[in-house]
Amino acid sequence: MAGIGPLSEEGLVRLLDHTGERVADENFGPFAEHLTFEDLRGFWRDMVMTRAFDNEATSLQRQGELGLWVASLGQEAAQVGSGRALRDPDYAFPSYREHGVAFTRGVDMPSILRVFRGLEHSTWDPAAHNFHIYTLVIGAHSLHAVGYAQAMDWDGLVGSGNPDKDGAVICYFGDGATSQGDVNEAMVFAAVNNAPIVFFIQNNQFAISESTTRQSTVPLAQRAVGFGIPSVRVDGNDVVAVHAVTRWAMGHARAGAGPVVIEALTYRMGAHTTSDDPTRYRSSADEDYWRDRDPIARIETYLRGLGELPEDFEAAVRADAKELGRSTREQVKSWQPGPTDSIFEHVYAEPHPLVDAERSWFANYEASFTDKEMTR
Amino acid sequence: MTAPTEEHVSAEHVSDAYVSDAHVSADQVPSATFAPEGLAPEGFAPVRTLTLGAAINAGLRAAMDRDPKVVLMGEDIGALGGVFRVTDGLLKDFGERRVMDTPLAESGIVGTAIGMAFRGYRPVLEIQFDGFIFPAFDQITTSLAKLHYRTKGKLTVPLVIRVPFAGHIGAVEHHSESPEALFAHTAGLRIVSPATPQDGYDMIQQAIASPDPVLFLEPKARYWDKGDVDSTRVTAQLDGINGASKGTAEMSKARVAREGSDVTLMAYGPTVRLAMQVAVAAAEGGVSVEVLDLRSISPFDYETILASVKKTGRGVVVHEAPVAYGTGGELAAHIAEHAFFHLHAPVLRVGGFHTPYPGSKFEHDYLPSLDRVLDAVDKVMAH
Repeated sequence: MAGIGPLSEEGLVRLLDHTGERVADENFGPFAEHLTFEDLRGFWRDMVMTRAFDNEATSLQRQGELGLWVASLGQEAAQVGSGRALRDPDYAFPSYREHGVAFTRGVDMPSILRVFRGLEHSTWDPAAHNFHIYTLVIGAHSLHAVGYAQAMDWDGLVGSGNPDKDGAVICYFGDGATSQGDVNEAMVFAAVNNAPIVFFIQNNQFAISESTTRQSTVPLAQRAVGFGIPSVRVDGNDVVAVHAVTRWAMGHARAGAGPVVIEALTYRMGAHTTSDDPTRYRSSADEDYWRDRDPIARIETYLRGLGELPEDFEAAVRADAKELGRSTREQVKSWQPGPTDSIFEHVYAEPHPLVDAERSWFANYEASFTDKEMTR
Repeated sequence: MTAPTEEHVSAEHVSDAYVSDAHVSADQVPSATFAPEGLAPEGFAPVRTLTLGAAINAGLRAAMDRDPKVVLMGEDIGALGGVFRVTDGLLKDFGERRVMDTPLAESGIVGTAIGMAFRGYRPVLEIQFDGFIFPAFDQITTSLAKLHYRTKGKLTVPLVIRVPFAGHIGAVEHHSESPEALFAHTAGLRIVSPATPQDGYDMIQQAIASPDPVLFLEPKARYWDKGDVDSTRVTAQLDGINGASKGTAEMSKARVAREGSDVTLMAYGPTVRLAMQVAVAAAEGGVSVEVLDLRSISPFDYETILASVKKTGRGVVVHEAPVAYGTGGELAAHIAEHAFFHLHAPVLRVGGFHTPYPGSKFEHDYLPSLDRVLDAVDKVMAH
């Protein structure tokens, strides 16, 4: 990594190039050898489903059904490739764009949109999916992830050699987050405590409008060296390589060998959010270059070239994706906010007289309008 | 008794006031320290005379005995026993897994503890000094305070953040601050401050048992004050049915530290001792001051506060934190809204100025003093 910048594609671990050709890698190739064509078709399916959901969400925001949407467009390989390297005992801490990981963890996809419709701040039960709620405060969850990993170790869930029992944490964040103090502290705490955690950096090249070159002058993975954490840079648009690298890293952490940093170089093909306008800060030539490296097209080309993407399978997946979009649309439009009284729930776990008093005041205030209506 | 001035009111004088409030008589008090497990085994009297620091130490010990999920984290809390020795001896008895010296990073301490809490642990953190809590401000206010709410109750985050706070120890800058209002403004946190060894022992255990995050503000200048500690009350409460709920509720109540009829003097943590001194001094002048040791800042025990103010018709609040935008303002406004027609005078606030905490040679003038509080008492009595 010496002498190269934070967006260099030099030296990335790659097992499938952007034309859909397999590439050999001495170190990480073996971690993909177990993959069957059925597995790869599964990866492709997850990515197609994620994109269908993601595009539907973008449309719903444009139609005024969502307040905001953060698209995962272009990052499907980084997310699905790593998500499919997780086992049941593993626990994932996403930031807020990891819809592909959510899909691999069995999260009900439409339910993600309840947050973006302004109904609530989280939907799924983290314990039911070993998938934490989204965190919008950049990098804040990286510390939670390290503490969780330490506690997994204390609970005897690391390094026992039993694959049904051993687990580790994977924590997702972006290139911008690597500048946050919390992420750097997370790496310090993880290193000195030998915590079973994989920090998965999706370097999508932008923190809203700012290039990764505003965060670092060296590849982000290189930072890990200073913390004493092994790291890998991988082509984040190569689902096979991402899977292999993550499989190695999670195995390392599960075995009790300590933390790992993965930097997946990818490209945010869409805007930061639906409130953003990328035309102000990046060129269409840049976008064209990365469109040619679309992560879904790559695996699709590969499978099709080998005759491993049968027409009936592809048609079934396309139909499922369409149905996910339809179902998402239907559900989102049907959701209405519950009673305002609910905003006072769960502020504290035990009764708090101030919250109770304000709740009661609000109830009386609302009732006063009802009374007027009735006496009118 | 001579007319008490600030110099004349000795620590012994004040601890007499506490003893009068204690649940046992002084002749029951043996001199031994607590048994290592913090509880009162057979053959040991349940009451000891302890300093506030030792009482919190004994309370931590008892909580760690009660629940193996209780773990301590902080800077220098292990071999050193904390810069104020509040965790003294705990590393030796509970080991490195439960008494953890952390990297020197406050956000990291709070943030990793939050993750541990997700797996059922109950981390008790020490932030070494009040002025050094701010690197963790984001974790405390945006993560810790809100996670129970954001997950609709699916996750609880029962952290206790111990902070030696407030002034009067002649320290260099950033070591004497009172940041409670900055946290009280955030929903989801509980904030308490013990003023007596008994409360130090009880409240640290109630805070640890509570499912809510608690900021536990320890008045560092009072660490060496002695008082009687009865170990049986909180033990019976927390080991009983719904112990955590009862403990949380008990921790949130104000205490009438001294009864009076003319003025309600509200204090917490470091200013309770001062308030007791004021009450003694005012009594010499024929003014009967009721002292409330508020104990809990979020929530305030408005039931007790309003009952007292309605009785006396006058209120004075004294805290070390700057008066402007402070907890005293919150109390004054609440009293005005809910007891206005019982008041003979406006509620007055006595506290620090709207300046950074000055050099320690000035802290006796910056912090509320006996004279300044007495002055406020005189003012409300003039109405």
